[in-house]
Amino acid sequence: MELLSQLFIDYTLRNVALGSALLGLIGGVLGAFALLRQQSLLGDVLAHAALPGICLAFLLTGSKTPSLLLLGGGLAGWVAALGVLAVLRHTRLPQDAALGVALSSFFGLGIALLTFIQHNHQGNPAGLDRFIFGQAASLLGSDVLGFALLGGVVLALVGLFYKEFKLISFDPDYATSLGLPTRGLGILLTSLIVLAVMVGLQTVGVVLMAAMLIAPAAAARQWTNRLGRMVALSGLLGALAGVAGALLSASRENLPTGPLVVLSITAVVVFSLFFAPLRGLFWQGLRNQQNRRRTELERLLLDAHLLANHGRLNPEELALHRGEPLPKARRHLDFLKAQGWVEPKEGGFQFTEPGLQKALALKETLRLRS
Amino acid sequence: MNPDLVILLTAVLVSTASALLGSFLVLRRMALVSDAISHAVLPGIVLAYWLSGGKATLPALLGAAGSGLLTVSLVEWLTRTGRVKNDAAIGIVFPALFSLGVLWVSLSFRNVHLDLDAVLYGEIAYAPFNTLELWGLSLPESWLVMGGLALLNLLFVLLFYKELKLSTFDPSLAAALGFSPGVLHYALMALVSLTTVGAFQSVGAILIVAFLIIPPATAYLLTHRLPALLSLAVGIGVFSSLLGYLLAVWMDASIAGMMATVAGGCFVLASLFSPTQGYLTTRLRRRQQRLEVTARLLVTHLAHHQTPVPEEEIREEFGWDARFLQQVKQKALREGWLEASEQGLTPSSKK
Amino acid sequence: MNPPPLEILDLTVIYREKPVLWDVDLAIPEGRLCAIVGPNGAGKSTLIKAALGMVPKASGRVRFFGQPLELSRKRIAYVPQRTSVDWDFPTHVLDVVMMGLYGRLGWFRRPGREEREAAMEALRQVALSDLAHRQISELSGGQQQRVFLARALVQNADLYFMDEPFAGVDAVTEEAILRVLEGLKAQGKTVVVVHHDLQTVRDYFDHLTLLNVQVIASGPMETTFTPHNLERTYGKQPLLELEGWAKPEQAWNS
Repeated sequence: MELLSQLFIDYTLRNVALGSALLGLIGGVLGAFALLRQQSLLGDVLAHAALPGICLAFLLTGSKTPSLLLLGGGLAGWVAALGVLAVLRHTRLPQDAALGVALSSFFGLGIALLTFIQHNHQGNPAGLDRFIFGQAASLLGSDVLGFALLGGVVLALVGLFYKEFKLISFDPDYATSLGLPTRGLGILLTSLIVLAVMVGLQTVGVVLMAAMLIAPAAAARQWTNRLGRMVALSGLLGALAGVAGALLSASRENLPTGPLVVLSITAVVVFSLFFAPLRGLFWQGLRNQQNRRRTELERLLLDAHLLANHGRLNPEELALHRGEPLPKARRHLDFLKAQGWVEPKEGGFQFTEPGLQKALALKETLRLRS
Repeated sequence: MNPDLVILLTAVLVSTASALLGSFLVLRRMALVSDAISHAVLPGIVLAYWLSGGKATLPALLGAAGSGLLTVSLVEWLTRTGRVKNDAAIGIVFPALFSLGVLWVSLSFRNVHLDLDAVLYGEIAYAPFNTLELWGLSLPESWLVMGGLALLNLLFVLLFYKELKLSTFDPSLAAALGFSPGVLHYALMALVSLTTVGAFQSVGAILIVAFLIIPPATAYLLTHRLPALLSLAVGIGVFSSLLGYLLAVWMDASIAGMMATVAGGCFVLASLFSPTQGYLTTRLRRRQQRLEVTARLLVTHLAHHQTPVPEEEIREEFGWDARFLQQVKQKALREGWLEASEQGLTPSSKK
Repeated sequence: MNPPPLEILDLTVIYREKPVLWDVDLAIPEGRLCAIVGPNGAGKSTLIKAALGMVPKASGRVRFFGQPLELSRKRIAYVPQRTSVDWDFPTHVLDVVMMGLYGRLGWFRRPGREEREAAMEALRQVALSDLAHRQISELSGGQQQRVFLARALVQNADLYFMDEPFAGVDAVTEEAILRVLEGLKAQGKTVVVVHHDLQTVRDYFDHLTLLNVQVIASGPMETTFTPHNLERTYGKQPLLELEGWAKPEQAWNS
């Protein structure tokens, strides 16, 4: 609570929280489309590839203005994305290898340039490496304003082209047959992801950017089967995780924001995977278990009925028939008795009227099912 | 011992160990799994440092490699649930584990020798300072670690060459023949994890991906025979290391970063000039072939006509622009398939 | 006389140095159900994709109703192969069908009540109106195919292209597709279908194009579906399996 009230007083905390929330929102909305177009890791590649762009922008201009550096980063990300596309179109290299090559070679170049700058420049060129892990604490009011502006652009474009983005994500060939500029729309989406990466570099950094695009969308997908709701929920979850991460990092000294934002959204993913109503693994497990129980019970009833027909329904015979230990067979019979389906008679058990009806009805449904 | 020699041999061993395994990763479409492993071993490494009080011991390193295997199993499990696709599973698992590692470092290792820069790109330049006494010799630790790993990987590839080849190109046949692709798969993943951890001090957890993936991907553009691919990948890896080191020293920049950059450069060259798949080479060849095919098309088409066909009419009929028709015409004339006259074009009577 | 719905002249498509389609000339008559048949790799799907501008052409011209593609988009509907999309996409049946109207809606406009009703009507035609709000991942293969069909129907086009609509579908769906084809024919529409089953092609269609990289034969079913033409398309073996022709050994006996 105290933290929440600080949110409104503390200038730095407010900037960090707002910045992370905006990143979560933008990443969530665009990530939903990236996830569905099966381009989840494109964001990862774009983020890693931005590093040399940032360094080059610094080398060329000598300026440390974040927007200028990020512009360089965005351009480099663009070049990497185009490179991957060209390699995929003209060679037989699999997509994952092409992405891996682009990611690691651009990042290698970035590291080389970064260390080159650190070793060869006088003054205080440090600060460039803050883009690697992000440094949300260094966000200024003007940065947050910039994020809000970018976020507005992204949301407006997604709103305007929503139905087209939906169609090219689901069935690009059909979109082409309707006369839509499928390639152009794809390029527009990728460009928007580049914008998201530029926002993310300052907050969570190169290495963790992938999570901001994938995790909110993957979590949202579990809760709904409608694209519109998924996009909205993805943005919302991303924004909430951003705020949560910012608050957590303010709760103690020396806690980095980026990893905490990522861990928050990961927690949301894990919860969604298990407990989302429709697709939750926990519910599915429960359903499986119930099904298994029911089948087991049905088999027990049929076995008992078969033995009773031969007048041999007792623990020993049941154990022999089902190949199970005697105590277990006793428990099974006790269970059937407790249900009121069998009753003791001399030398064993016999079916009651309700039990008989149950068994016959089951036999009938099984006959129909097969 | 000469520090240059220590660094260079370490780099050669790292690239050899990585390229051998990376070739199979690229062929099995698992390149990005190595990206995930390399990020996710961070918490394992932090745990190792924590357990051993800042000194990397063998058991601790094995534990760290375990976290790589954990990543692979997590990704595979997530994919199997059908709730997310494979690439999304990778993108969820590795940032989470990496975040855990970063958080742990900033919480408990503020003053210990494990800074995050080293995580990213290692410090191969320190290799000469870490030495071990063995048989009365003072040997660099990196030689022993990476030499051991390179040897282990080489043995793995040589001993299981047949099985690896089969399970890479036809997993179902391999299973039918009684090889267990699962065991081999996890053995490969374990070695990738071990190599990543082993190379961590030299090239860092993230740049190891460049050593694992880029040389084999480059070799993939140049050949499709497995033995050639393996040796080319090792060759390209070693070459990139050597050239990268020279450039890094000259520029005073990160050695590992420069090596990755050179490897990336090799890849770009291969993707442009590879005789079979290079962009420029195929473009040139395809242009020639397309011209030949269309020239044949033109001649076959003209053969249906009794009289010469004016060029206007041909352009109209094929939807070609004037420049393209000229190119096709020149080609056909050069081959002697065509005769041009005032009235238009006719197929050559010789053919 | 009206220009034909589809006219292809000298179409050649080259993929990685190999001609997939070679000098294809083809005219599809109006108001017919036309099958394109040929062995695997004969370029059947490529023919449709090249005609619709999804695959680059090495040469050739394509006219729809005498017009180039750009001017006739609204008169053409395309049913892609069912397996070409990921059916785990978060959307429902009605929404997919309404995608057929996106071209007509134009930029920035959202589908409204009118579009919804048109889509429901198309779903009725393929007997899927009960499933309008079903999540698409819960559909069977046949139902998926019918959803795609409804999406094309809602376009209310004059020329329909269908890529293997009968591949791997159940009897109910096969029945439904046939009904739709009949209905389209009755309205005087033209349908071009890539088909793989020689057993049924005679019963389902009235115009046949045999394709194997080149056009082997094209014309009315009765005159085109001949052993000679089929042999030229497929080589020798599969024809002996067909009903309706005396098997060689029987011919020998009689």
